[in-house]
Amino acid sequence: MPARSTERLARKNQVTTLPIQDASAAEATPRKISRKATGADKVFVSSIRVVGSVVLVITGGVGVFLGWQALPTLRHYGWSFFTESAWQPEADVLGIAAVLTGTLMVALVAMSIAFPLALITALYISEYAPARMRSLLVSLVDLMAAVPSIIWGLWGSYLIMEHAAGLAMWLDRNLGFIPLFEVKDADPNAAVPMLSRYSFSMFVAGIAVAMMVLPMACAVMRQVFSQTPQGEKEAALALGATRWGMVRSVVIPFGRGGIIGGAMLGLGRALGETIAVLLILSPSFEVKPRILEIGGNTVSALIAGRFGDASSSQLSALLAAGFVLFLITLVVNTIAATIVNRSRSGAGTDA
Amino acid sequence: MTLAPETDLASSDGPVGQTFLPRYDDDAAPVVARSSLGRLTVDEKFVRIGSVVSGVALAWLITQRLLPLQGLPWFVIVAFVCTLAVTWVTAAMTDGAVHARDRLAATVMTTGAALVGIVLVSAVVFVTVKGWSALVHLNFFTDDMSGVGPKDGFDRGGVLHAVVGSLIQVGIAVAITLPLGIGTAIFMTEVPGRFAKVVRTVVEAMTALPSIVAGLFIYTVFIVALGYPRSGLAAGLAISVMMLPIIARASDVVLRVVPGGLREASLALGASRWRTVWHVVLPTARPGLATACILGVARGIGETSPVLLTSGNAQFVVVNPTDGVMNSLPLFVYSLVRTGEPNAVARAFAGATVLLAVVMVLFVTARLIARPKRTKSSRRTRRPAVDLVMADPLVEMGPVAPPARPEENP
Repeated sequence: MPARSTERLARKNQVTTLPIQDASAAEATPRKISRKATGADKVFVSSIRVVGSVVLVITGGVGVFLGWQALPTLRHYGWSFFTESAWQPEADVLGIAAVLTGTLMVALVAMSIAFPLALITALYISEYAPARMRSLLVSLVDLMAAVPSIIWGLWGSYLIMEHAAGLAMWLDRNLGFIPLFEVKDADPNAAVPMLSRYSFSMFVAGIAVAMMVLPMACAVMRQVFSQTPQGEKEAALALGATRWGMVRSVVIPFGRGGIIGGAMLGLGRALGETIAVLLILSPSFEVKPRILEIGGNTVSALIAGRFGDASSSQLSALLAAGFVLFLITLVVNTIAATIVNRSRSGAGTDA
Repeated sequence: MTLAPETDLASSDGPVGQTFLPRYDDDAAPVVARSSLGRLTVDEKFVRIGSVVSGVALAWLITQRLLPLQGLPWFVIVAFVCTLAVTWVTAAMTDGAVHARDRLAATVMTTGAALVGIVLVSAVVFVTVKGWSALVHLNFFTDDMSGVGPKDGFDRGGVLHAVVGSLIQVGIAVAITLPLGIGTAIFMTEVPGRFAKVVRTVVEAMTALPSIVAGLFIYTVFIVALGYPRSGLAAGLAISVMMLPIIARASDVVLRVVPGGLREASLALGASRWRTVWHVVLPTARPGLATACILGVARGIGETSPVLLTSGNAQFVVVNPTDGVMNSLPLFVYSLVRTGEPNAVARAFAGATVLLAVVMVLFVTARLIARPKRTKSSRRTRRPAVDLVMADPLVEMGPVAPPARPEENP
């Protein structure tokens, strides 16, 4: 009996019939599920993969090239590359001890100024500022991050320098017994003090670098603070906390990862800053903690100052110094990113 | 206003079930308007503003009359300390220590933020004022510096060659980094896998590359090893090396916050992956991508150190980037400042003002593009396509919490 007539019969008699399997039909096989791209997708995926590989080769190549170029220098000078403070390629004596400590000191000064200011600004924007001014303030901080570094260099060397020198002299006079604030070959109590001994110092350079670092650290901190759960803040207020009590007991503990991470990210930027330091600092090759004294050098300023008259072996030494700087920055940035992403502020959000 | 006691009502002789109007009690205390809980009263406002004013006045007294602490920094520091002290005293007079601490913290926050604002404004104003004497001459914008010495007056020479050079170099950098950077970002988000993870790790690591080292790399490879002269092309390449990781990373951040549901909806409707990316993902992320790129450009145009090593320093307009030395705005500023001549320094400040103006125009453009579009019907407020607080491309490390990918989200 053909299937069609069975169906008609079933409908007429109101009975249910099972469909009859057609024996002649081909055996039904499960559809193959494949994630492989076909057609235009194939072109898309492979071409985008090529773009990714090209960028990988370019960016990775830079890093590998730096390391490869640094090798002969490191092999030639060995450990003394890290312990020698002079940079005299003519005498075959060079090392990065002085510039490395200089880099760290400038970054330290910059962070000790930028960190509290960034934290305060971030807290003000996220907790204290009137709601309608908030987006304007955020834009202003971002604008500050976009201001070119040479502007901060000019600002530091022409506007801040003289004031900072006066401050430095006072610090030397009153806190000069601390090695950090000591200034050699200058008498702070002289009738006509030598202000030039207090200018062009790592302290002034640090102030300029701090202004570059501040907006970046502030942006990270503000982002983390803005993710604080509203309920917890309201709970603290409902329990009778003042605004400061709420900030201290809810916002800051919640954003601790962001505070540390933002500061370290700023530190990474401070380590590599060139042009402001080059404009302000008068170069000297000496391992010294005396931040208020004239002179000092950083790795990036060394590269910018010495690349022009460098022979190929000196160029390799400069590249080695740059490679060390890159590695330090990389470590700092990686730690910062890990801290921020591991913290509670990263875990408790869904977007 | 008080209601008459209920016993009165019950005992009154009206029929049960009737409504009584409340009677005013003449003996009750007069109505006092309740003070607003959120807003400050006039007293409190006076105390807060007065504390700041008296702190500043006290600082003037101390620094200018009592102690030998001349100079602006001392005034700022002493004013800060005095303001805090006066705030503490006035708060402790009326409230307890908890409230005093609260007020102190609020003062610290406000003055600290104000200080940062003053610093930003001071930098902008200072640079403009110092360069004003050169800026008012029209030839500053239409001339180059060929044949102009550092001591020459402001009616000769200008910044045109630097502006042209900056635009050409950044144009080269954008032409290289934009397709590569956004392409890499698409690759990292749309074709996830082990290889994409490697690419992302390397790109993120390379954002740590100091800009001077990027310049040194191009200098070593392109100029020393390959023997090409210093040129605009070399400078453009150096800026590209610096910008590529930044743009790739920022774009990656922006693409990652495109809601996974949109992608899935497009795929479920039968679109291919290519069409999904082109018609759904990229249009959704367009404002964020534009912001990322413009801010990358702003960074590239303002960076001096890679250009310092690679472009040379031309004094005249050069249009062909492969044709020898060139100049750019940051380099123009730097080299003039280094001469130390007053006129040259004033010119440098004028150049810095132009640079600042260019960066600000780029920045404002970026903000305007990034601003979420208003829907025409005002009843429905649409969410912005990309959450820009999350995806602020200025923050080089990206969003603090990358949203969970949809397949991991139960």
